[in-house]
Amino acid sequence: MMKRMSKIHIPTPLRQYVGKQSTVEVKAGTVGEAMNALVAQHPDVRRHLYTDDGKLRAFVNLYVNDEDIRYLQKEGTAVHEGDNISIVPSIAGGAIGPLVLSGSQR
Amino acid sequence: MATVTEIPITLNNDEILRYSRHLIMPEVGMEGQQKLKTARVLCIGAGGLGSPLALYLAAAGVGTLGLVDFDVVDYTNLQRQIIHSTADVGRKKLDSAAEKLTAINPFLNIRKFDMRLSSENALELFRDFDIIADGTDNFPTRYLVNDACVLTGKPNVYGSIFRFEGQASVFATKDGPCYRCLYPEPPPPGLVPSCAEGGVLGILPGLVGVMQATEVIKLILGAGEPLIGRLLLIDALGMKFRELKLRKNPDCPVCGTHPTVTKLIDYNQFCGIRGEEKPVGTGVPEIQVEELKRRLDAKEDLFVLDVREPHEYQICNIGGYLIPLNDLPNRVHELDSSREIVVHCKMGGRSAKAVAFLQQSGFSKVRNVAGGITAWAERVDPKVPKY
Repeated sequence: MMKRMSKIHIPTPLRQYVGKQSTVEVKAGTVGEAMNALVAQHPDVRRHLYTDDGKLRAFVNLYVNDEDIRYLQKEGTAVHEGDNISIVPSIAGGAIGPLVLSGSQR
Repeated sequence: MATVTEIPITLNNDEILRYSRHLIMPEVGMEGQQKLKTARVLCIGAGGLGSPLALYLAAAGVGTLGLVDFDVVDYTNLQRQIIHSTADVGRKKLDSAAEKLTAINPFLNIRKFDMRLSSENALELFRDFDIIADGTDNFPTRYLVNDACVLTGKPNVYGSIFRFEGQASVFATKDGPCYRCLYPEPPPPGLVPSCAEGGVLGILPGLVGVMQATEVIKLILGAGEPLIGRLLLIDALGMKFRELKLRKNPDCPVCGTHPTVTKLIDYNQFCGIRGEEKPVGTGVPEIQVEELKRRLDAKEDLFVLDVREPHEYQICNIGGYLIPLNDLPNRVHELDSSREIVVHCKMGGRSAKAVAFLQQSGFSKVRNVAGGITAWAERVDPKVPKY
């Protein structure tokens, strides 16, 4: 599949693992390829997004532009030049999903 | 032919003057203001999100405001929970909030619920209200509120925040998605930093809380386009607002075509049994701050490792060697496993993880400073600031 430049929007808790960037540009043909490129460039971010057996963590959703990939072709969803991929974690007021494994409850 | 309004208007002259700026707009008018007056909105949480939310709903004239909060005002709340003032520290948030809301608008009916929302009380409570605004700060309650809204047919005006980012949406309307359509599963427990560990820009719940108030008012008036099926993402640092489409999931266990959740469950268990990683920190060897002080004063050969972040070190430190927890795996070679090492952080949680990691890496003489630098400030050296 042809690879195109797209931008991945990194949510706040993950920015520390991608050199503090709020967006990362990748060359990819599908969402899956884009995410692989992301974790290849920034290996520290992998365990926060994926389980040990390579599945996207359940409290993380991926969007291409404004559409949830679960309603498209999931990680096979094609990305086009200039597309925006968003990583959207669940957050809950003062507490956030375990994207920051260093913290712990009081 | 013009439609005759069938809503009996009960606004008195004082109310008409009070709400004049609403009344002179066709989008509100007498009919809209009357709708606000007869509306009953339940605010879950009188903290960061609840403060601006309740204040603006009160100002707008929402007739019945329910408040649910069992907590007490803490000094560290004042940075963002603007309904509470310095004089309220130590007071029940409910009492502090109700007092300010009544002062803004004595025409309101404020109903206080001094309790922890639970599966036993949520359904009955929600039935008395028209709209629920969720301003809570933990996952079990988020799922509880969502499920109770779907089961009672009440819209859930959702807002959430972290550091300087927020989300807002309206869940649980008849044709729209619910929170579980977006996040079917909660994150595992024991890995969730609170505001105390993660921090939050004080203005952020202000921004998001007022968005929630806006959505509540729009739903009551039937005006504008509510955030149904839309997730608004707020980035306060970039001042960027993005929107994602949310779809109602036909397989959603709560609001789908064949729901499997037909009553409220044990949400703590729901958030617990999904755990992939167990909470770390139980069972690591500890040292109390008094003993640490005694041994440091006796000039014993103890290596103090501080696993907090550089900006925390700048607030206060006890001269420890700084390796932030996330850097530890890459910098463990800087440590001498033949020496006795004590590890501390702010409160003892992160350092417990560090101790467990070091033990797994072959360090045998390593202990966690129970209570962290906070315990040191409380029990050993009050000159060290708490934060």
